[in-house]
Amino acid sequence: MSLMFDENGRPFIIIQEQEQKQRLRGIDALKANIAAARAVARTLRTSLGPKGMDKMLQSPDGDVTVTNDGATILKEMELKHEIAKLMVELSKAQDDEIGDGTTGVVVLAGALLEKAEMLLDKGIHPSRISEGFERAVDIAMPVLDSISEQIDFEQNDHEQLRRVAMTTLNSKIVHRIREELGKVCVDAILAVADMERREVNLDLIKLDGKVGGKLEDTALVHGIVVDKDFSHPQMPKRVDDAKICILTCPFEPPKPKTKHKLEIDSVEAYKEMQVAEKAYFTDMVQRVKASGATLVICQWGFDDEANYLLLKNELPAIRWVGGVEIELIAIATGGRIIPRFEDVSEQKLGYAKTVREMSFGTTRDRMIVLEECASMKAVTIFVRGGNKMVVEEAKRSIHDALCIVRNLVTDNRIVYGGGAAEVACSLAISEAADQIEGLEQYGVRAFADALDSIPMALAENSGMQPIESLSHAKAKQMREKNPRIGINCMKYSTDDMKEQYVYESLRSKKQQLQHAAQVVKMILKIDDVIEDKNYN
Amino acid sequence: MQSGNARAMHAPFGMGVVPNVLGDGAYEERGENARMSNFVGAIAITDLVKTTLGPKGMDKILQSQSGSIMVTNDGATILRSLLIDNPAAKVLIEISKTQDEEIGDGTTSVCCFAGELLRQAEKLLENHLHPQTIALGYRMAAKAALAKLESLAVDFKHDKEIFRKELVKLAKTTLSSKVLAQSMDHFACLAVDAILRLEGSTNLDLIQIIKQSGGSLADSWLEPGFLLQKKLGVGQPKVMHNARILVANTGMDTDKVKIYGARVRVDSLARVAEIEKAEQAKMMAKCEKIAAHNCNVFVNRQLIYNRPEQFFTSKGIMAIEHADFDGVERIALVTGTTIVSTFDDPESVQLGECEKIEEILIGEEPVIRFSGCKAGSACTVVLRGANVQLLDEAERSLHDALCVLSQTASVESRMVLGAGAAEMAMASAVDGAASLEQGKVALAMEAFATALRALPAIIADNAGLDAADLVATLRAHHAEGRHTLGLDVNEGVIGDAEEMGIRESFKLKYSMVNSAVEAAEMVIRVDDVIKAAPRKREDPHGRH
Repeated sequence: MSLMFDENGRPFIIIQEQEQKQRLRGIDALKANIAAARAVARTLRTSLGPKGMDKMLQSPDGDVTVTNDGATILKEMELKHEIAKLMVELSKAQDDEIGDGTTGVVVLAGALLEKAEMLLDKGIHPSRISEGFERAVDIAMPVLDSISEQIDFEQNDHEQLRRVAMTTLNSKIVHRIREELGKVCVDAILAVADMERREVNLDLIKLDGKVGGKLEDTALVHGIVVDKDFSHPQMPKRVDDAKICILTCPFEPPKPKTKHKLEIDSVEAYKEMQVAEKAYFTDMVQRVKASGATLVICQWGFDDEANYLLLKNELPAIRWVGGVEIELIAIATGGRIIPRFEDVSEQKLGYAKTVREMSFGTTRDRMIVLEECASMKAVTIFVRGGNKMVVEEAKRSIHDALCIVRNLVTDNRIVYGGGAAEVACSLAISEAADQIEGLEQYGVRAFADALDSIPMALAENSGMQPIESLSHAKAKQMREKNPRIGINCMKYSTDDMKEQYVYESLRSKKQQLQHAAQVVKMILKIDDVIEDKNYN
Repeated sequence: MQSGNARAMHAPFGMGVVPNVLGDGAYEERGENARMSNFVGAIAITDLVKTTLGPKGMDKILQSQSGSIMVTNDGATILRSLLIDNPAAKVLIEISKTQDEEIGDGTTSVCCFAGELLRQAEKLLENHLHPQTIALGYRMAAKAALAKLESLAVDFKHDKEIFRKELVKLAKTTLSSKVLAQSMDHFACLAVDAILRLEGSTNLDLIQIIKQSGGSLADSWLEPGFLLQKKLGVGQPKVMHNARILVANTGMDTDKVKIYGARVRVDSLARVAEIEKAEQAKMMAKCEKIAAHNCNVFVNRQLIYNRPEQFFTSKGIMAIEHADFDGVERIALVTGTTIVSTFDDPESVQLGECEKIEEILIGEEPVIRFSGCKAGSACTVVLRGANVQLLDEAERSLHDALCVLSQTASVESRMVLGAGAAEMAMASAVDGAASLEQGKVALAMEAFATALRALPAIIADNAGLDAADLVATLRAHHAEGRHTLGLDVNEGVIGDAEEMGIRESFKLKYSMVNSAVEAAEMVIRVDDVIKAAPRKREDPHGRH
């Protein structure tokens, strides 16, 4: 196939070493790609919604992850196929930017591809299908805008935000304590939010976990938890009104970056060096002490001698604290990170009301908590749980909930979840489709059909009749002109998603549609796949 | 374009062919298959450990890859040693480990209970209950069960005398299923004494366990002072009264040069001698400084070379070298001193004190005994026994008992009844709650109660009793509200757990139910298992 002839009838080679390469062209390539992408979407489909199931993933090293989070599943799946990897990227993009809806976007892309495949069978050219999808997205965006509502949470009433967080947690294993966690998440976000600029820096919220205890013990610490203990076993386990000196230089004689050698050739020089060595240590400790610090946090280790001198000077110290944590501590305590002992001064110290050591269970597990820091900006959510997998999954779930609360703080326009927004868009798009002339009409209509598959998956996962539930929701939306009707997964008495508090941020929903359509367009554009057989 | 469309019409590509999107060697199990393999794995693990449950439970021999042998009854130890390739089974092992770390005991029960919950869930799935419904039912049942457990819990902390007696009962319950059962009373008292010395601390590092083969288990004793498994320096006094102890962490071989990049360069042998002399002088100066502290015992974490040792001997100072980190910390704690690393300021150093230090022999091993110490919280348990395996198992058993006791004595002092009474009471409470519930969740709740009742049934089975009969009778009794009744495995009848004196820690039971439900829910919710190809050991740089 890939052999061609020039005008003189001599063959020439287009692809080197043909026999080692596999080549798919035209419609075959398209279909193979679509099948791969759909295989990925099919795996995620059952995880969608409040009654979605979890996936158990075993890593090459035998570690087990149990999760419901689309982005995590795809990340851990070790996908090999190039197109399948595109889907991973898709959910990752959603995760990075929005943090929630990572499953939904992949399922939607899978549904779009399924519809596209049908159109291909009808003989419609892939670019026409893409154009149709593009038109459909253009129709859907204003529809989403028009059905969006603003939620108001300014007046000390964070009930709304809490409800939204709870909705996100509903589909996760932490379901049992969603009320407590919802509150934790909202409090955490509000603690770090800059309400005037409407910005939330999620880096200020540290998610930390320790196996043991029960999920109910999960708590928000208004401060920072560091997985370290005091450097000397006899230092006090609690420091009140701590003035914190944050160091990024070791308690050791300096190590100049330039290569050097200090040659000792006489007894005097040797003694001189001993004196200098000692002076270094006392000098370092004195400088810190003189600044008025009552706690030292250091990124590096200390020599035994320095450690003892610190103890003697009643300077409790924590060593080997990671770079990220050092930064967080600096932000929270309002201190400056001090890279050299010469720079230690009182103005650069941070402050925390209490610093104490916590211990857990029967093993020697200790952590240090810095509470009531000078600026309350940084907080820690400390997760406990019966086993490692629960703790990890709880952390992921909390992250999702934090993201959605953050999105509402930055942009408080919402649409309703439970498939309601999809149904509304689908109705609007199918109506508009009839007005479109040309082949795009098919693409537009297919997009509407694909949107329907989200509420259908929701219904299916909840053990309901998918088609029946969808047609019911559609009919009711038409009849009552109420875009809030969705799939009643939880079998509450109402299927109005506003009353069930199932919200999704407008930005998230818009992005889902746009990203899914883009990836699908990209896949539909590929008509030739050349693969090296020796690869892998 | 035309040809493209035409091609589409006649594309021979078959539908339904799903290309393999996963990496090489990875595979995916879906739906029923995934669930099946999970349940089978988890139940297999449960069946493996369940014979060790209860006072008549059996032990297992574990042979490691290197051929060493371990005989144990401890669930966590057994599970930890297994090489498992089933993700669901790993979840169970994980909760057992956590139970071990948090509570110290109940590691087998938690695994068995989770396994029984899954066994029941499997039956419910066969009857077409949605997994989420089962999970919901289990959660509701756990709530009811824990509420009941809470109402049954009693606290004896207010009265010291009674509290001690109850603690002994608690220790006996824990020990009864272990190798220490033969001298249970002895060890129960020993463990309780050790824990009460801690006065509310949960730091078990303060209790040191020394194992020395020889003698019998009953010869084990609790040493109120502190034992250090080290030898004294040669030619130094073997007994020291009114010791003033300096505990240090410092190099007593040669002081390393701490200035980066410094090195000694000499051009003649004479210079070498000079430097060597200076080095020696430095060390001796250090020794002098140590001696200036007016101590008569010097304990160092690191090595002490011969020369300094000789110096100390001549000064009449007892020198103990190479006391490891734990040892140094314990001595410092027991004798009330600080661990010192520089010696320039003798006045500010608080020396440790104890009445007597002597070298004694346990079996044939010399150890150093510190008696009459200032702070009395630390102590040492000396275990004697016929062989290493027995001693190891004895240590694990004692450790379990100490963990449970320390948690009870300090954190959560409430206790519940053992002998299956607590489980039966919880089961009857769950039954009650289930009968009020509408819908399918009630089935799941009933299944939860059945799983709870499986625990006493396993205990009875292991004791060779008619489990079905006993548990059914117990069930009837508990339904009538006699919540103190449990199994008397020694007599093979139903007995009053309160009279038999079988107590268990509330925290243990609580966390058992909690983690088992968490784990079971986790496994039930899974409908898809994706296994990556195992990493190839011999080719760490290979592609994956």
